[in-house]
Amino acid sequence: MTAPSFQRIKQLALGLSLIGLGFQASAQTEVHDAWVRATVAGQPSTGAFMTVQADSDSTLLSVQSPAAKTVQVHQMSMKDDVMKMGMVESVALPAGKPVTFDPHGYHVMLIDLTAQVKEGDKVPLTLTVKNAKGEQETIEVQAEARALGTMDHSKMH
Amino acid sequence: MSTLYTRRTVLRGMSLLSLGLLAGCDDSSKLSFKYGKDLSDKIMGRTFKLKDADGETRMLTSYRGMMPMIFFGFTQCPAVCPTTLARAAQAKKLMGRDGEKLQVIFITLDPERDTPQMLDKYVKSFDPTFEALHGTLEETAATAKEFGVFFEKVPNGDSYTLSHTATSYVFDSRGNLRLGLSASLTAQECAEDLLTVMEVC
Repeated sequence: MTAPSFQRIKQLALGLSLIGLGFQASAQTEVHDAWVRATVAGQPSTGAFMTVQADSDSTLLSVQSPAAKTVQVHQMSMKDDVMKMGMVESVALPAGKPVTFDPHGYHVMLIDLTAQVKEGDKVPLTLTVKNAKGEQETIEVQAEARALGTMDHSKMH
Repeated sequence: MSTLYTRRTVLRGMSLLSLGLLAGCDDSSKLSFKYGKDLSDKIMGRTFKLKDADGETRMLTSYRGMMPMIFFGFTQCPAVCPTTLARAAQAKKLMGRDGEKLQVIFITLDPERDTPQMLDKYVKSFDPTFEALHGTLEETAATAKEFGVFFEKVPNGDSYTLSHTATSYVFDSRGNLRLGLSASLTAQECAEDLLTVMEVC
C-alpha cells in the first residue's frame, strides 16, 4: 500500500526534474555582443550584429524589433569581389557553436526604421529560437548602437 | 650642324623620357602591389561626370593633385559599404600626413533612394573629407559601366536591395588608374598599397 505510492512520488519527482531540465535546456540560447550600426537622419535602414550560441541544435526563426517596421535576416556573400545579399528564412544554430552575425555573413536587417538610430541608443531585439525538440523560446536583447564608422572586430587585426 | 642639333634634341628627349620612367609617372608602367591588383594598364573611369552634395559637377579632373579612391555602394547596405568606408578612414589615418592626399569618393548606385544630403552626411560620418557623388539612373549606369562595376537590383519583399562590385579603385595624382583594392583586405594592407601608389606619382 505504501510502496506503490512511494513509487508514484518518485516518478513524480523524476517527472518534475525532467520538466525542470527541459526548461533549463530551452533557455540556453545566449546572445553576446549585440550591436546596431547608427544611422544618419533620413537613412531608412541599418544592420544589427551579434553572436548567438545555442546549447542544443536549434534554429533562429525570426528577429523582431520595435525600431523598424520590417526585420529580416540576410546573408551576405562575396564572389569575385561582387557583394550579394539575400534574405534567409532561418539560420541553423548548431549545439555549442557560436554563430556570428557580422558584416561578412549573416546579419539582421532593420528596414524602415521608425527613428534615426543614434550612437549609444539601446535597440531592443527579440530573437525567436526553436530547439531540436520543437520548443520555441524568445530571447530579449538590448543592442547598443555604435558609430556608423565602426569597424567590426574581425577586421581589426 | 643641323643633324647634330637633331641628335641633341633626340638625346634630350630620351633623357627626359627616362627620367619620367625613373619617376614611374609613365602612364603604362606597371606597379607591384603587395595586396591589391595593379590596374595601371586599364583604361577605366576617366570620363565620369556626376554631382556632389551641392549640385556641383565633379569629374576625375576635379581631383587633380589628389589620389582619388572611388567606391560604389548605397546607404541601405549594412555590410560591405560601411565596412569599406570605415576601412578607408582607418587607412587614411594609418598613412599619416600622406593620407591628406587621399580623396575618398563614394558613388551611389541607388540614386532613387539616396538623397544628396543624406548621402553626404553618411559619408562624412566616416571622415569629414570624404565626398559622395550621385547622378541620374542613366549616369549611374554609365559610370558603373565605365569602371566595370557590376550592380543589379534584387527584389526584397515590396522593396529591393542591391548586389554590386565591392572593389575600391585608386587613381594616382595625375589621374591614371593604378590600383584595385578588394573588400577582403584590411586597412593596414590598403594603406601599404596606397603608399606604393604615392611613391611613384
